[in-house]
Amino acid sequence: MSAQKSAPHELDKAFAAPELVCPAGTPAALRAAVDAGADAVYCGLTNATNARNFPGLNFSVQALEASIPYARERGTKVLLAVNSFATAPGSAMWREAVDIGARLKVDAIIVADIGVAQYASETHPDLRLHLSVQAGASSPEAIRFYCQEFGVKRVVLPRILTVPEISAIHREIPCEIEAFVFGNIGMMSEGRCSLTNYVTGLSTNMDGICSPASEVKYAEDEKGNLSAKLGNYEIDCFEKGESAGYPTICKGRYLTPARKEAYYAFEEPISLNLSSLLPELIKAGVTAFKIEGRQRSRSYVKSVVSAYRAAVDNIMEGNEPDLSTLISLTEGGKQTQGAFKSKKWR
Amino acid sequence: MAATQLTMGPLIFHWPAEKKRDFWFRIADEAPVDVAYLGETICSKRTPFFDDRHLHEVAQRLKRAGKKVVWSTLSQVTIKRDRKIVGDTCTQKEYEVEANDASALWHVSGTPHRIGQALNVYNEQAMSFLAAKGATHFCLAAELPAQSIEALCIKANELGVTIEVQVFGRVSLALSARCYHARAHKRTKDSCLFVCENDPDGMDLNTRSKIPFLSINGIQTLSHRYINLSAEMEALKEMGVGAFRLSPHSSDMVAIAKIYRALLDNKTSCDEVDHSLEELGIPQPMANGFFHRQPGFEMVGKGEAI
Repeated sequence: MSAQKSAPHELDKAFAAPELVCPAGTPAALRAAVDAGADAVYCGLTNATNARNFPGLNFSVQALEASIPYARERGTKVLLAVNSFATAPGSAMWREAVDIGARLKVDAIIVADIGVAQYASETHPDLRLHLSVQAGASSPEAIRFYCQEFGVKRVVLPRILTVPEISAIHREIPCEIEAFVFGNIGMMSEGRCSLTNYVTGLSTNMDGICSPASEVKYAEDEKGNLSAKLGNYEIDCFEKGESAGYPTICKGRYLTPARKEAYYAFEEPISLNLSSLLPELIKAGVTAFKIEGRQRSRSYVKSVVSAYRAAVDNIMEGNEPDLSTLISLTEGGKQTQGAFKSKKWR
Repeated sequence: MAATQLTMGPLIFHWPAEKKRDFWFRIADEAPVDVAYLGETICSKRTPFFDDRHLHEVAQRLKRAGKKVVWSTLSQVTIKRDRKIVGDTCTQKEYEVEANDASALWHVSGTPHRIGQALNVYNEQAMSFLAAKGATHFCLAAELPAQSIEALCIKANELGVTIEVQVFGRVSLALSARCYHARAHKRTKDSCLFVCENDPDGMDLNTRSKIPFLSINGIQTLSHRYINLSAEMEALKEMGVGAFRLSPHSSDMVAIAKIYRALLDNKTSCDEVDHSLEELGIPQPMANGFFHRQPGFEMVGKGEAI
């Protein structure tokens, strides 16, 4: 299509370079992302206040404090995700997380919960707030509500919108738009999924936990089939020789009367990769590209951030970006443009 | 303190319009519930069938029977049509509105309204904030455990607002932009041909070992198990929960409302309730795990696993 060819040249004049927002699950990943050219990194504390509360991941207060100068000195912003839902009667922990972010002067706090957003905006009026994807704000009215009430400066859009829809939203809201461009594709509306809690007793909203490794069990039968369970429920079963995936509930295969065979009822294991849509996203009004993957390794972060850094720079210079390295980093080597390309995804 | 109320939550499934109308007529005439929640909460494609044609007729019948009518908004608001429906629902003046997402909050802030299950209120600060914006009644998310419900009840009491908790029916576990009913039938949301109409209580999703697991209702994923908090209602009442919600299914909801009403009035025991529900054909085992901060599918205190 001609749009792809002409887009870069138009962009070059009319649009500012989008911010590349990159995952930092650990101090090492933070440094890797900064070195690879991240404009901003996002991270969380080692507790339930963020939506990636996994063992061995995230930052103690000391580690965060020690890591911030590394990013600052290289011109990279640090965003703190406090994006799970403060849960009564223990919500003091979320308020403390906000206070820590304010004290360490992070560049923004990423919030989802109304209570947390209100606390942050009232107690630290100068602290910049981003609305997490976990808030599930998918319409202009919802986004305007958070902007009006809490002074939110940027919304991270759910991965359920087409590019024309993003463009339409952009025209109707008073804040910046950040969109996911690469990584895990969440099938369920963020902030509204209790599947993990139903199966394991650990909650995505309250504990920041999704399909925890501690609940995963693999069992091989006499024919060599490998059953992958989360808690008591079988999420998938792999034939001998088939590569076995991780049992995430929304990526499992199930039986239903309408289908003869087990099928991926929600989505197959696949990664979002919007690299070929970047110029369109910029034109739609997206000013920050988010790479998912705080749970991923330092080397993964380095590879993905480097590839996207080069892609964004190429696009802004009016050149065709080379995106061939990204496919090897996707889940099972499979990639999708998800909802972004067409309404047919729904 | 006001008497504890029993409510009939919104009908989340896509039944034929006449069946839906007859269901609500019967609830109006026969069910001992205080409040009825009308309005499509799942898919805006469904509204031409019932909401646009029969909602007012049903509402009038419910009101004449002395029941309060509340209009619940869509839970997932994405496309223009969703936005228009939410806007229209929120700006009508005849019925109180139950807001199920932040789009509805945008419209109803400053006027009295209710907060629905799909809008996350997990802490006192969120509750106080929304109460200051006009929220008078909060139906809590199904996954909140006793300890959280208790803390929220204390705050609700201070604020003079009411807490509602679902005690019967499948519970919403996830929402999505994609329609999984359509997907199961190799269609898309736009070309669904309303295939969800064939599953009055949702579409079974079983594990590959044939264990019932989840239930699909369009863009919504439900628990396969019905929750039943019969044994917890006394404790919930003591905490200060002011209303108990039954979520409508194709089983005899009038009979089910009578059973729970009898329990609220101390005219029956929870064992009898559980027994009656089984007799009415409610799939067994049921679940109460979320309340106990255990896996949601579990039935705590009554033995058995899957």
